[in-house]
Amino acid sequence: MTSTNKDPILIVVQLTGGNDYINTVIPYQDPLYYDSRKTVSIAQDDVLPINDKLAFNPALTAMKDLYDQGKVAVINGIGYPGPNRSHFRSMDIWHTCEPEKVGTEGWLGRAIRDLDPQAENVLTGVNFGRGLPRAMALTGVPVASVAVLETYGVLTGISGEQERSQALDLFSRMYSPIVGTGHVMDYLGSTGLDALKGADILKTVPAQYQSSVEYADSVIGRNLQGIAKVLTANLGTRIFYTQQPGYDTHANQGPVHGVLLEHLSQAIKDFYEDLREHDTSENVLIYLFTEFGRRVKDNGSGTDHGAGGLAMAIGDPVKGGIYSEFPSMRPEDLEEGDLKYNIDFRGVYGTVAEKWLGLDATSIVGGNFEQLDFV
Amino acid sequence: MPGTDKPLLAHLLRRAGFGATFQELDRYSELGYEATVDELLNPERQPAIEEDVLERYYIDWKESRNIEGALTESVYRMNAYAGGRPLQEKIALFWHQVFATGLAKVLHEKTMLNQIDLFREQGLGNFRDLLLGLAKDPAMIFWLDNNFNHKDAPNENWGRELLELFSLGVGMDGQENYTEEDVQSAARAFTGWTIDDNNVASIPFGKTPWLFRYLPEDHDEGDKTFMGQTGNFNGEDIIDIVVRQPAAARFISRHLYNFFVADEPQVPAWQHTPPGDPEAIRILEEEYVRSNYDIRSMLKVLFNSKFFKSDRARFAKVKSPAEVVVGTLHLLGDFKFPKMGIYDVALGCRYMGQDLLNPPSVEGWHTGEEWIDSGSLVERVNFVADQVSDIQQPGVRAMVDTLLDGTAELDPLSIIDGCLELLGHVQLHEKNKEHLAGEVRSMLEKRSGLVAGSPEDRQVAEDTVLHTMKMIGSSREYQFA
Repeated sequence: MTSTNKDPILIVVQLTGGNDYINTVIPYQDPLYYDSRKTVSIAQDDVLPINDKLAFNPALTAMKDLYDQGKVAVINGIGYPGPNRSHFRSMDIWHTCEPEKVGTEGWLGRAIRDLDPQAENVLTGVNFGRGLPRAMALTGVPVASVAVLETYGVLTGISGEQERSQALDLFSRMYSPIVGTGHVMDYLGSTGLDALKGADILKTVPAQYQSSVEYADSVIGRNLQGIAKVLTANLGTRIFYTQQPGYDTHANQGPVHGVLLEHLSQAIKDFYEDLREHDTSENVLIYLFTEFGRRVKDNGSGTDHGAGGLAMAIGDPVKGGIYSEFPSMRPEDLEEGDLKYNIDFRGVYGTVAEKWLGLDATSIVGGNFEQLDFV
Repeated sequence: MPGTDKPLLAHLLRRAGFGATFQELDRYSELGYEATVDELLNPERQPAIEEDVLERYYIDWKESRNIEGALTESVYRMNAYAGGRPLQEKIALFWHQVFATGLAKVLHEKTMLNQIDLFREQGLGNFRDLLLGLAKDPAMIFWLDNNFNHKDAPNENWGRELLELFSLGVGMDGQENYTEEDVQSAARAFTGWTIDDNNVASIPFGKTPWLFRYLPEDHDEGDKTFMGQTGNFNGEDIIDIVVRQPAAARFISRHLYNFFVADEPQVPAWQHTPPGDPEAIRILEEEYVRSNYDIRSMLKVLFNSKFFKSDRARFAKVKSPAEVVVGTLHLLGDFKFPKMGIYDVALGCRYMGQDLLNPPSVEGWHTGEEWIDSGSLVERVNFVADQVSDIQQPGVRAMVDTLLDGTAELDPLSIIDGCLELLGHVQLHEKNKEHLAGEVRSMLEKRSGLVAGSPEDRQVAEDTVLHTMKMIGSSREYQFA
């Protein structure tokens, strides 16, 4: 498989904790919004209108700039049938595309498998952060999970070059498959060997990276900068993953949510500028999602777990605009106090898989679902 | 009963504690298996660490004014107690993983550490009392917003997680364990359970921990229907009903099995996935009911059971990052007394994917093989490899001397077997032993021509042993508990 830097690349950003959809994209002309959100609402004078019905949260100024350039698709009311309000379970559903049973295979794991069926490149999928998200988990699919790019490698404590290469050789023999030792041993073995390969390649990355863009300091900013370093090194990575935690705003939502959105939108803007500087913005699509939206009525200080949420696609390849309807907030249209979803997330994943990555969506998302045309 | 099976005792100590040094295994072996279990289950009979020494050396950390201090103190305590009261710390770690509460939101270290103290002090006691303590725990109240759970505006965060994550689980045997109405009723029953966070200024006395406070005027006195019963329930009534549910017996039994015996599927799968060893779970459930929900009684049954002692349970768990870090420190004999540098070591837990006191969410960490990914595996390998080959560490020096002083003739297999035993009766697959033996053989060849017993000869022998321990510490097999 040869890869050029013009292969389509997908970057998935997970907003962990359940991002409050209604306060991210605000129905600022709807009196029902202000009736439902007695304490946790954004004043009409403060919002950033994107049309005569919807507006961005004021913390999203950088995102609004990108929207005005036609580079942001707002995907309204995304969800799935029988919404689950547990973080764990709902996140698993988004990761596996299995709303009915507990799945262990991730949709991006399947996409990586289809992009690189022989697993020739251990860096086809790269996660920035701790631990591997289930979305990327699939037996036989190597994914490099990188916490800190600069210190990535095995047995780095051995200083002599010859001693280290000898030890790494022994390490690789000791991690080679042994028949009959069980799947956890197998998994550890292949993970160790993949780490060995990935580390060899990634250690060259930091020295190659140069950029005039200074990222604003935040966790999501550091992770996106790490992604930019690997992406611009042209190692054939097609799917990146990272997350921004902290969206579980049951209480004291006002200040907390704003800071998160500001970090997010500034980090995306910095990242996008970095890609432009490296002339690689036209083949990168960023996809944002969260495990659920939050309840329409606030609880006096924050918002409880809800359904019907928000996704966004961002970047040069995106046809900017508003997709799918903003769900009705009329009490009779709510389901247990929550917005009803009106587009199945599997259709949106399918859009990304098929129209952007050029893969067969059916096997990746487990069925045929209505797709959109934001790409 | 001298000479009790040391590999079995090593297994027990890996689960009930953080592993054991070869000297400790000698002592436990003299004591015998059942007496060792009794000693572990009654940690208060062993001496406490000297708090005044901690206060003298770790002034900042004892004050715990920051997240670094809290992490440091937690790892220090686990390590300092690993020799004397390991289960006190292990059970605290267990409940921290189940009742996952995090500083990312609580932002008050003393209050957070008080919760861990609750697990330390009551973690082996009655489950009902523990849940009640948890419901009144200020860190938990704030973490799950029960201070925003009001009579006229219920916040169901605590009510839901109490049922889903802390006592019943979503379902079992394919059935649901509770309804949405049960969640709402539980939330209403806990209205008015809040915190007194009217703290005095942190200067000059430092932060003071938050306290539990019950506000009767904010409590919903209306009738609630919960698990098929109706009444003007308060929080304590909800807990009394919860612990009597068969689902609670199942949930706690599976958690104990998953933590102490063998890795099970992740918790959310339990509704549809039966236990790997249904008979073991049945035995634990019975003891839960028989003992009136006593965790110590359940663990006594567990540690003395056939299923725990069986070969099937040996190395049937992937070590958690805390087990890797503390287990390794304990082996080295490091940080038995306060000194600098422990924070850097404690950070290892975070790098390996278990940021203690700061779980990714209220669901805690995914455990078992899900501890492992290419990133976390690299961290584990590097941490252990660097530590176990550091001859400056008293525990490493003792292992090397014991091995070399007692052996006249050095051959690769006796070095490897000796290291495996000293590192805690670790097992290496025969194939990997062969791979390692090749390397050890080539290292030993450097002795040819040296005078046996000369300093140069001793140096080569020591280097060989250290390298052997490093490679065992880097192995897949070392990742299993």
